[in-house]
Amino acid sequence: MIVFILAVLLFLVGLYGILVKRNIIKLAIGLIIMEYAVNLFFVLAGYREGGTAPILDGDLAPGTVFVDPLPQALVLTAIVIGLGTTALLVSFAVKIYEKYDTFDIRKIRKLHG
Amino acid sequence: MVTALILLIVLMILGAIAALESKDLLSGIISLGIIGFALTVIFLILQAPDLAIVQIIVETMTLVILIAAVMKTTKADTVETFGKHSIFLGLVGLVFVFVFIWTAVKAFQQMPGFGSMPLRMASEYVNNGLALTGAGNLVAAVILDFRAYDTLGEATVLFTSVVGITAVLRKLGRNRV
Amino acid sequence: MKGMSVIVKQISRLMYPSILVLGVYIILHGHLTPGGGFAGGVLIAGAFTLLVLAYGADEVTTARGKWRATLGESIGIFLFWFIAVLGIVQGGYFFLNMVNHGEPLQLFSAGIIPLCNIAIGIEVSAALFAIFITMSVLKLGDKV
Repeated sequence: MIVFILAVLLFLVGLYGILVKRNIIKLAIGLIIMEYAVNLFFVLAGYREGGTAPILDGDLAPGTVFVDPLPQALVLTAIVIGLGTTALLVSFAVKIYEKYDTFDIRKIRKLHG
Repeated sequence: MVTALILLIVLMILGAIAALESKDLLSGIISLGIIGFALTVIFLILQAPDLAIVQIIVETMTLVILIAAVMKTTKADTVETFGKHSIFLGLVGLVFVFVFIWTAVKAFQQMPGFGSMPLRMASEYVNNGLALTGAGNLVAAVILDFRAYDTLGEATVLFTSVVGITAVLRKLGRNRV
Repeated sequence: MKGMSVIVKQISRLMYPSILVLGVYIILHGHLTPGGGFAGGVLIAGAFTLLVLAYGADEVTTARGKWRATLGESIGIFLFWFIAVLGIVQGGYFFLNMVNHGEPLQLFSAGIIPLCNIAIGIEVSAALFAIFITMSVLKLGDKV
């Protein structure tokens, strides 16, 4: 159970970054940390004691235990989507820097043209 | 094996704190690399080679994109200010963290422990996956046959994000002041 | 961008075909070994990214690469959708695995899964390369 709690702690560190930091790049880092924590929790939940990777082969001993392929399939797509959303966030950040000359979100609130 | 997992996750937490608390944005991003590559090793330990292949390259490309963005703008972190307001926020945050961890611990006590999940769907996929789809890699069988709608949706999200990036960073058709 | 030094250019020119071949191998054997469309596509996008990072890109190559990447991305997602709709045309449901499964654990087996892997590989590699090439044209100074 301790590994699950450690994954939750990692998620909370990312949440702390998003709630406290004022820099857009730091916010992106916090978001990435939260995403990694969720991926880690999925794969931890799908592990089975003494299991092997879910790849069937011709010469497998009968009674082989496999880990769960379902969380791995969900996480596989989520990782690639994470890269796309991170790149979108970073491009927004760069555009904001071009307009306001800062990454500080407190100064961006003043939406003067 | 559980000891190695615990050590790696503690390393990830330390890397996360270093990434968030560093004064320089570039060193923060490089500390983010600790988390991603430790996650790759964890995926290998947890018998998920597909995820390890994807994670190690996606982590590298994430670092390339973030470093390119930081090098072209600024490396300095914003200055944090503290006051009465931040003390109140810190107290609320601590209460929230304790509630979250308490709920998580209560939930994990109801779950079976690490490594002994019941995995009813997994046994269904493992026993019948080869006969139903003909694919030896059960992860490929799940993402492209049993749950192909999910993959179509994810491909659409990727397409949408590329369209969004192209629209945000375009040069043509912008109103020049 | 002028590109990096001669050593980096030569090494990346030597490395990039083998990375490309590895990506194609991972896509084609996605239903037998670890990997598949996502992993192979990400690898191919990484090979192109290495080339752009080492050699640099001017306006013309960037515009051409962006055009090709978006075209490939559209082709990939359209192929995936087309394979899914073929199931309905055959008289079944969306994503019906209608091709003969063949002998299991061979290269030509598993019905539509290798075809879908190829479509996903084209889509993911083109999408990630489009993201990279779009972000590489960022030039500060011309305020919008």
